[in-house]
Amino acid sequence: MEKKSITININGSPRTGEVEDRLLLVHFIRDDCALTGTHIGCDSTHCGACTVLLDGTAVKSCTVLAVQADGREVATIEGMEGEALHPLQEGFFEEHGLQCGFCTPGMIMSAKHLLDNNPKPSEEEIRCGISGNLCRCTGYQNIVKSVQYASNKLQSSESAGGK
Amino acid sequence: MSKCKTSPEVGGMGHSVKRKEDARFIRGQGTYVDDVVRPGMVYMDIVRSPYAHAKIKSINTEKALAHPGVAAVITGETLKEYNLHMMPTLMSDTQMVLPIDKVCYQSQEVAAVIGTDRYSVADGIELVEVEYEPLPVVVDPFKATDSDAPIIRDDKEGQESNHIWHWEEGDKAATEEIFNNSDVVVKERIYIPRIHVASIETCGCVSEFDKATGQLTVWMTTQAPHAIRTVLALVAGHVGLQEDKIRVISPDIGGGFGGKVPVYPGYVIAIAASVVTGLPVKWIEDRRENLQADSFARDYHMDCEIAADKDGTLNGLRIKTLADNGYADAAANPSKYPAGMFSICTGSYDFKNAFVEVDGVYTNKPPGGVAYRCSFRVTEAVHAIERMVDMVADEIMMDAAELRMKNFIPKDAFPYHSPTGWEYDSGDYHAALQLAMDNIGYDELLKEQKEKRERGEFMGIGICSFTEVVGAGPSKDFDILGIKMFDSSEIRIHPTGKAIARFGTKSQGQGHETTYAQIIAEELGIPFTDVSVEEGDTDTAPYGLGTYASRSTPTAGAAAAMACRKIKAKAKKIAAHLLETSEEDLEWEVGKFSVKGVPDKAVTIQDIAFAAYTNHPQGLEAGLEATHYYDPPNLTFPFGSYIAVVDIDSGTGEVKVRRFMAVDDCGNIINPMIVEGQIHGGLTQGLAPALYEEISYDDEGNITGGSFMEYLVPTAVETPHWETDKTITPSPHHPIGAKGVGESPTVGAPPAIVNAVVDALSHLGVKHIDIPITPEKVWRAIHKNEVA
Amino acid sequence: MIPGAFDYHSPKTLDEAINLLNDLGEDAKILAGGHSLLPMMKWRLAEPAHLVDISRLSDLDYIKEENGFLCLGAMVTESGLENSELIAEKYPILKDTSEVIADPLVRNLASIGGNIAHGDPANDHPATMLALNAIVVVCGPNGSKREINIDEFFLGPLWTALGENEILTEIKIPMPKQQSGGCYIKLERKVGDYAIAASAVTLDFENGKCSSSGIALTNVGPTPVRAKDAQDVLIGTDVSNEVIEQASNLAAEASQPVGDHRGSEEYKRGVVKTLTGRAILKAKNRAMGGN
Ligand SMILES: Cc1cc2nc3c(=O)[nH]c(=O)nc-3n(C[C@H](O)[C@H](O)[C@H](O)COP(=O)(O)OP(=O)(O)OC[C@H]3O[C@@H](n4cnc5c(N)ncnc54)[C@H](O)[C@@H]3O)c2cc1C
Ligand code: FES
Ligand code: FES
Repeated sequence: MEKKSITININGSPRTGEVEDRLLLVHFIRDDCALTGTHIGCDSTHCGACTVLLDGTAVKSCTVLAVQADGREVATIEGMEGEALHPLQEGFFEEHGLQCGFCTPGMIMSAKHLLDNNPKPSEEEIRCGISGNLCRCTGYQNIVKSVQYASNKLQSSESAGGK
Repeated sequence: MSKCKTSPEVGGMGHSVKRKEDARFIRGQGTYVDDVVRPGMVYMDIVRSPYAHAKIKSINTEKALAHPGVAAVITGETLKEYNLHMMPTLMSDTQMVLPIDKVCYQSQEVAAVIGTDRYSVADGIELVEVEYEPLPVVVDPFKATDSDAPIIRDDKEGQESNHIWHWEEGDKAATEEIFNNSDVVVKERIYIPRIHVASIETCGCVSEFDKATGQLTVWMTTQAPHAIRTVLALVAGHVGLQEDKIRVISPDIGGGFGGKVPVYPGYVIAIAASVVTGLPVKWIEDRRENLQADSFARDYHMDCEIAADKDGTLNGLRIKTLADNGYADAAANPSKYPAGMFSICTGSYDFKNAFVEVDGVYTNKPPGGVAYRCSFRVTEAVHAIERMVDMVADEIMMDAAELRMKNFIPKDAFPYHSPTGWEYDSGDYHAALQLAMDNIGYDELLKEQKEKRERGEFMGIGICSFTEVVGAGPSKDFDILGIKMFDSSEIRIHPTGKAIARFGTKSQGQGHETTYAQIIAEELGIPFTDVSVEEGDTDTAPYGLGTYASRSTPTAGAAAAMACRKIKAKAKKIAAHLLETSEEDLEWEVGKFSVKGVPDKAVTIQDIAFAAYTNHPQGLEAGLEATHYYDPPNLTFPFGSYIAVVDIDSGTGEVKVRRFMAVDDCGNIINPMIVEGQIHGGLTQGLAPALYEEISYDDEGNITGGSFMEYLVPTAVETPHWETDKTITPSPHHPIGAKGVGESPTVGAPPAIVNAVVDALSHLGVKHIDIPITPEKVWRAIHKNEVA
Repeated sequence: MIPGAFDYHSPKTLDEAINLLNDLGEDAKILAGGHSLLPMMKWRLAEPAHLVDISRLSDLDYIKEENGFLCLGAMVTESGLENSELIAEKYPILKDTSEVIADPLVRNLASIGGNIAHGDPANDHPATMLALNAIVVVCGPNGSKREINIDEFFLGPLWTALGENEILTEIKIPMPKQQSGGCYIKLERKVGDYAIAASAVTLDFENGKCSSSGIALTNVGPTPVRAKDAQDVLIGTDVSNEVIEQASNLAAEASQPVGDHRGSEEYKRGVVKTLTGRAILKAKNRAMGGN
């Protein structure tokens, strides 16, 4: 099988690979780049465990080909922590937004997309916003709280630092 | 617990300290089985049967073997050479690993393809050509024992029908007598369908066999690594896999809920493949395989009868159940309990007598059933009793809360001996229901419902006052494959006062790294942040039966407390030595021993730890560590009362859970935050089968819920905002008074929701609806007057 | 859960894409958002030898009003529609539809063109487009371009009027009249599920009377179903509750559901009736300036 050479910028660093055309982005991230925070929980595009940001938009990386992401930006859970934890990571920690942790990276990436587009979501908007991500452990309530925590924190740091 | 003995820094019992394990999970740094990569690792994928029952006429592997990347194809014949084609189930039944001549359920493993990467083995399984000859199928368990039904287990000597076992409990004659002398008898057939744990991580393993040393290491999604190691040694001892050469590592587990207790054929094939090839083999099932072939839960058909008096006194209970076990009895029940703890079905009520019987049968469906977030068939039992109590209330036109209050086992009757042989440890059922009613505003809800009904709107209120039984269990009664169901803890205090604690259990999200550390903090006063907790590696952890059925806190948690007490006893000797006084003159207060009456003459546990290695008294062994195997004297009996409020869209039949109040009593609480999280999750896993999830089969035995497309795991949108509260009735026999909480909500939520829906429709004559309550079932009740 | 092997092509221009399709013939499939196609390929229900990715053709992603039409480029995503102010303000039925498709993550990639071109009667936009009397713009080899009336577009399950070497480039929707309203209501078992049934309704009013209407149904037939009799019965009336009841019954009659795991035939008809009644009422309210 002929392979293609692709370069995807993941969390700010270019990752190059020789890949089969059919390679799924999630496998490129996990197997080729050894970034195993992005998970796989289904085969029908329902669970969202594989959620990453593609050019800033949350997508299910099990339903994107690696070649489709060639030349584009991907953000995964591993890129969320800067000098400090991202407020969402902090929120999940503080509000007990996870149990087994398997859905967590996907949830956080989905929530990131949500807050990027809607910094102050209502509870209902959060529930809709994370409805492409299944969690079997938490019953979602503390995930909602975690996102609210992050939303508040981002808002207050903005108003503190902004002007 | 309102008052904590320790400071928040120490973080003993009752503190909602944040979870230690989260540091890795929020960064994507957990290590789940699919994250394990070994040098030279190859992959495995599995060919599965499209038929529910068929002869295998031939398997042609030629094309698959010719495919680039494919290294080997393993069939039943390959395994038979090593006598590994069959394996025992946890219930001492047998099960195929790979078939030789026939398949007995759809999606059964037929052959395995080994190759260089995920992609080539996925291609490879498409290229294995299997010729089948379909056989007649047994789908309906009620027809399984018909004389003309095909015998599914013709491989088992003496198996002349599809009947597996009969089990009964209670006094049949006395119960009959009560039924004859009661005013009212209410009957219903209640079905709890097959469901699946559907943890978001599926199952899988990486098996690595070192030909030079004979050492086998298996990273595996298992809730019970030690039991698995023993089973492997029993199954494969004859090919040289001795228990001392087997290391099972259970890495981070992405949700278990009982589904990761059994040994699935895939594991065994992967292990065999690594032994044969000498290469590390990775097998990760996909979601369809997970839902279609892994152990199911429930699938109980229950014929229930209650005898009561007109004044609402509940007298007798009788349940005859048919258990659909599928192709093999691969349940994970304790050996002596083929129907698990189903006889807890008298629930929270003071029945005079009860009689329960269960028959297990084989059908052409995947084997099971696991204890899905429930200690062995308690969900089924609670569903039966809580539905039936509501039916009695409806029959004699009494308020469902009032009827419960009237019949609850009174607080002062504990320890209570139930007519089916249990000794309930403690309870205060009236208080829990009263609290739930007060919290939710029961009387106002009744008023609201009346008004709405007059306007033609459908609103229902449903109660469930369950009693659970967890923490299996006392060794005189409880074992799995002969291994007693104790659990263990090994604690070592380092010279600097930090500690490492190892357990035979395995967290799958319950937060053991935090809660066990808190128990140790409570007992020894060592800050929970100074205690590392390790589980899941059979080379290092003490033997234990694992985590399921809410048994970790009741057993391993107790073992931790007991090990700490051993340590404390030795620490006291060292303290006496350091303080130059006698042990009798010392008193313990969180984290230190001091001389009675002279509080500033004291040594901390950290001082003592240091001395244990640097300055221990003559005649005493150095070091400070202890191991304890805890054999519980009894089970624990958590309980609670739940109230659900539902609104129904009469045009579509959709049910919306508007409010849900859960009052739980799980005895003393280690970490309230974690307990509440467990309750949220458990309630959601109760909502799911009540309204959405089901695995069903058509007449040919084809599965109809085999992917997340059809298996409807609720999202955040379907899930309501849960309201929770608690009462605390400690377990009198447990070292820290805890009872275990993981499963109560999964057990208690479904009947509360069903009772609410039936209540909303009761004026139409509806008496019962089986779960899942789909919109169509409700719509039919309203528009077609189809009432059960 | 791994697709079979294929060759991936990423053309730079529409012409290049069409030429590729023309050359590769029936072995090739267009890849848009990939959220219908890739799941089928992962289950090996589809095994095309070539994929022609049109998602990088930037000139297919636009939402604009032109010459009396709302024009939607084929690569407009569901979330693009959901977040468009123009859509929210003037075409709420499209927002209704996008919002109930799959889940927010799927909607970030799923394209309107793919939703229609896939020809799946379970998809939601087809019924909406019938109700809106949309026109499908299709480009083929040698610069050819044709417009297909939506009523002629859906031919059967996963079967449309598109030729193998054609690309759906645009959907044209007549701009709303003075007093008009539309609404889409779907019943699903949970988020992420296809419809048990759904109903799309558009209404135009002149002098207080309904002057034209569009009613179409999702997932209750081999193609999306236009409920013509239901439409007709509304015309010339003030869309009173009695007329709505009549129209809903006619819609239920027009539907051709088959029983499956989402419900029996009888139930689905009942749902069509309920949803159509509600959608008409809401469309009417919207036409009257409400929400
Ligand atoms: C979990 C899940 C749930 C879903 N639920 C819903 C739902 O409830 N309602 C709903 O409507 N949809 C649903 N979808 C489908 C989703 O909206 C699809 O993505 C959409 O229908 C197809 O758009 P696409 O851009 O992904 O197309 P693709 O998957 O890329 O293509 C689909 C088909 O159309 C062809 N095609 C695509 N674009 C063009 C074009 N411009 N010209 C010619 N042919 C083209 C392709 O060759 C292919 O055959 C769901 C999908 C998933 C994964
Ligand atoms: S793995 Fe489930 S949606 Fe991607
Ligand atoms: S925390 Fe386990 S699936 Fe969400």
